[in-house]
Amino acid sequence: MEINKHYFDTIIIGSGLAGCRAAIECTGKGTVGVLSKLYPTRSHSTAAQGGIGAALGNEEEDSPEWHTYDTVKGSDFLGDQDAIEIMCYDAIPTIIELEHMGVPFSRTPEGKIAQRRFGGHTKEFGKAPVRRACYSADRTGHAVLFALYEQCQLRGVRFFQEFQVLDIVIENQAIQGVIAINIKDGSLHVFEAKVVIIASGGYGKIFKVTSNAYASTGECLSMLFRQGLPLEDMEFFQFHPTGLYGLGILITEGARGEGGILINGKGERFMERYAPTIKDLAPRDMVSRAILSEIREGRGIDGKDYVYLDLRHVDKKILNERLPEISTFCKIYMGIDPSEAPIPVVPTAHYAMGGIPTDIDGRVLRDVDGSFIQGLFAAGECACVSVHGANRLGCNSLLDTVVFGRRAGKAASSILKNSTKGKVKRERVALITECLEMLKNNKGKETVASIRKDLQQAMMDKCSVFRTEKELKLLIDEIKTLKERYKEIEITDKSKTFNTDLLEAIELGHMLTLAEVIASSALQRTESRGAHYREDYPKRDDENWMKHTLAFQREKGITFKYKPVKITRFKPEERKY
Amino acid sequence: MSKYYTFKIKRYLPNEKPITRWDEFRVKLNNMERVLDGLIKIKETMDGTLTFRKSCAHGVCGSCAMKINGKNRLACQTLVKDLPEIIEIEPLPSLPVIKDLVVDMTLFFQKNDKVLPYLINEEPPPQRERIQSPEDQHKILESITCIMCGSCTTSCPVFWSDKEYLGPSALLKAYRFLFDTRDKATEQRLKAIAGQDGIWRCHSIFNCVEVCPKEIDITKHILKLKRLAIKKGFKGGQE
Repeated sequence: MEINKHYFDTIIIGSGLAGCRAAIECTGKGTVGVLSKLYPTRSHSTAAQGGIGAALGNEEEDSPEWHTYDTVKGSDFLGDQDAIEIMCYDAIPTIIELEHMGVPFSRTPEGKIAQRRFGGHTKEFGKAPVRRACYSADRTGHAVLFALYEQCQLRGVRFFQEFQVLDIVIENQAIQGVIAINIKDGSLHVFEAKVVIIASGGYGKIFKVTSNAYASTGECLSMLFRQGLPLEDMEFFQFHPTGLYGLGILITEGARGEGGILINGKGERFMERYAPTIKDLAPRDMVSRAILSEIREGRGIDGKDYVYLDLRHVDKKILNERLPEISTFCKIYMGIDPSEAPIPVVPTAHYAMGGIPTDIDGRVLRDVDGSFIQGLFAAGECACVSVHGANRLGCNSLLDTVVFGRRAGKAASSILKNSTKGKVKRERVALITECLEMLKNNKGKETVASIRKDLQQAMMDKCSVFRTEKELKLLIDEIKTLKERYKEIEITDKSKTFNTDLLEAIELGHMLTLAEVIASSALQRTESRGAHYREDYPKRDDENWMKHTLAFQREKGITFKYKPVKITRFKPEERKY
Repeated sequence: MSKYYTFKIKRYLPNEKPITRWDEFRVKLNNMERVLDGLIKIKETMDGTLTFRKSCAHGVCGSCAMKINGKNRLACQTLVKDLPEIIEIEPLPSLPVIKDLVVDMTLFFQKNDKVLPYLINEEPPPQRERIQSPEDQHKILESITCIMCGSCTTSCPVFWSDKEYLGPSALLKAYRFLFDTRDKATEQRLKAIAGQDGIWRCHSIFNCVEVCPKEIDITKHILKLKRLAIKKGFKGGQE
């Protein structure tokens, strides 16, 4: 097979917010190539709706210190406070910079960036909700992604669109490059580089009901894990409280920020019972558990498995101007007008707090002692700095992508001078070619679709909002069976042109790897913290578990090591809202 | 409530003979499911070679634009219950087909690149955000919702007959910056769109408006561009 070779000083995997922001930082300091398995603006950052957090204080008094506290508390004290502080203080110049780059933010009457309330964001350390989320109607991700992509175009960043990464090549504890396939014609491409920044996003597609895109399959994380690198805090996966019933499509928290409330089958505003001070604007882990508790106790709508998000009392003008997109979703997919009827919602798999462990400059760590892989960086949802700890606050993910995308880009550029060009060996490419051929020609009775469906169902049933030892053990067995079945898959499409059949098979293999890491990480953490809720261990256990989990692939299976949480300003306290 | 639909799909398989054919599939779908769900079911259970783009599956990424019963639409946003029992699907028209419903969008994106699709303002930025009134922001509100799915440009008869024409999507992008009070490249950008392949080629046919999945009144935006161009001294059909 003919191999196409490329060299770039910096290769970035992924063209969402983190990837594009990193790319902007890298231009002018060397050659930059960005690989995306989609057309760049189709990246899932574009689906982020409600806002991006920064204590600008445009609508009322606010401070980055309060933002820091809220994020620490939101993380259930598992977030590293040095990193959180950087993010919340960097937030202000970072958002201003986005505005200068052309992001079309919604505006206050004085023409400043408009801000609204979001879950878990408060004033004066928890006293009341605060307007901190900067937004562009309910299409904030779209607005920011387009502006960043446009700035990349202006700066001449080279994009390789519809290129899917097949291998991230690390040798001698240093990055060498990336092997990718051009989806359009099936040709193989080797990208050698001095530095690689992984900004590949999340992996919500491991679950049956998710707000995530089909592309969110997480193969880059699995590629590192299979090479012996750790993945951090993988047990923490966020379920967004308000997914459209039956579809999982996201209804932004901004809907509650603008006054929407959740009601159960008895017509009660049940969040008053779970979070008396900030009610419906409690953090997502708490609201998701509250919704599912109501449903379990028979207080779903008509006793069924959903509750209502009620926006009927919200001013129509606000719905039209600030929440037009979700209003359209309701009309298209449910046939309802949210100004006239309540929206049926249920929690939906949304965001991975865990991921590739990095330091505050995006360097990919290879162990608990802080040692890193030379030249390898990660930023955005795929990374775990950790600024979100056990539970991310709404509008902190977009912030994370741009703050740490920029930092990773800066750090990556700064080492170019003293780095050597990576070398991808022929044997490594041959291995990939062999894998592709094997997958293409494998004979068996299994299909990608049936295994994927079983995986998504099992993860949903046994590893979502509520977890127990018994279920998690069953799940791990199931995943092992699915891995066996995977060996028997046969794909139909044998062609080279746009072979999505083959690419989905590759993605599934990685999804199975990640699923086992998630389930095993969840099994070993015998406490409840943030999004990880163990019914058999319902209390947070700071004495034993105030630490990050690092999962490693070893010969005998998955093993764990631990890393202390960085606590600087805020001592752990009981988490009440 | 489920029922059977017949998907008639125009295939294009470059390695098979004949390259082009029509295939029919019978799929059972419920009344919440979309054309994209049908295509996925076909790919998963009947023919793994069927190829189409997809990603967000709720009308925000723009991947799955295709021609459904004669009209360009997003497959993820088109509910089968709103369609007749026979659903005819083709790739977006007037772009080269790569495989089945996947078209080569290169030409489409190149058009966009020609209108300087980025904010240009070389004045040193202020300490804080540039001030923009809500009224001024509203001028670009509709245009910024574009997801670049390609439905508009590939439905435009002018584009069908003249591939040099910039087309509605690129012109809308030009509008997005020309009417952004923060942008300072008015002359430069008008020059890019007021030539013979630009705004004057729009004959207000409104196909683009009819197909836009984000319901953007693109023709109205192009008319405003024409008005601005005339105001700034750019005459029809000339540089």
